[in-house]
Amino acid sequence: MLELSLHILDILQNSLEAGATRLELKITEDPAGDCLRIALADNGKGMSQEMVRKVLDPFVTTRTTRRVGLGLPMLAAAARQCDGDLEISSALGKGTRLEATFKRSHWDRAPLGNIPATLVTFLLSGSGVDLSYEHVVGERSFQFDTAEVRRELGDLPLSHPQVRQWMLETLNEGEASLREKAAAGRPTNRSV
Amino acid sequence: MLKLKSMEELKRLREDMKQSFHVRSQTSTRIIVGMGTCGIVAGAREVMQAILSELDKRQIEANVETTSCIGMCVKEPLVDIEQAGQPRVTYGNIKPEMVPRLIEEHLVKGHIVQEWAVARLTGEGVK
Repeated sequence: MLELSLHILDILQNSLEAGATRLELKITEDPAGDCLRIALADNGKGMSQEMVRKVLDPFVTTRTTRRVGLGLPMLAAAARQCDGDLEISSALGKGTRLEATFKRSHWDRAPLGNIPATLVTFLLSGSGVDLSYEHVVGERSFQFDTAEVRRELGDLPLSHPQVRQWMLETLNEGEASLREKAAAGRPTNRSV
Repeated sequence: MLKLKSMEELKRLREDMKQSFHVRSQTSTRIIVGMGTCGIVAGAREVMQAILSELDKRQIEANVETTSCIGMCVKEPLVDIEQAGQPRVTYGNIKPEMVPRLIEEHLVKGHIVQEWAVARLTGEGVK
């Protein structure tokens, strides 16, 4: 995929399909250690150890519509291509945790891309799921928790156009606040 | 914790909504965008953004949702439009720039955009 944020949208959807009600997404960028990590934990139905072992096989899927499931294999490939890996831990009835790591300055490392669009698209997938999001870049961090937003909103839904607009603006501002200085030592002819 | 400024904006939004006695009308119009891996790779996120933006621009109320892969991956991005009393219509290979016409023709004028509609196998055969 052209942006890591699209892989993130993909794994968020997986968690939704697993019946998760609470998700924790953390993106950690360590410019000094040259590492980018994407971690997603959910409280969905989880997978058996056997399934965890098989799940990176593109011919293994829970879909009934086709016999191929490419989301996780593509994320694993993207991570491995960047000297990283995809770790999956899960327990039936408890939930699943994914952690994809990348060498941050790797030439093949796709840009993070439009995270706010990914998060808002996911939150509009209905079903009242709560997402706790944190993005760390070096010393800076930005956090967004939909549980906090819902408490404030009361009976106004997240899908209300003005709430949606507010979320997009808040997320864009938050992401921008992490990027005020260009990362050292990286080619700057692409959006990070 | 969200920045104080952001939380204040949110509180103000809530107050504005309460004061304008805005009751979100119960709409039965649903727009469903395929958001499985196939859809995501084909650009469904941008199609969804375009739909939300177009609905806002025209002040049209509709429930915008996502669905997982339905098996017609080659036709993604897929957009279904369902309205009360009407059969559900599936549009395929939708790009963001096609969205304004889709909303105008189908939601505003009530015509199916035949050239973009795809046949779907349902229990009753090809629709």
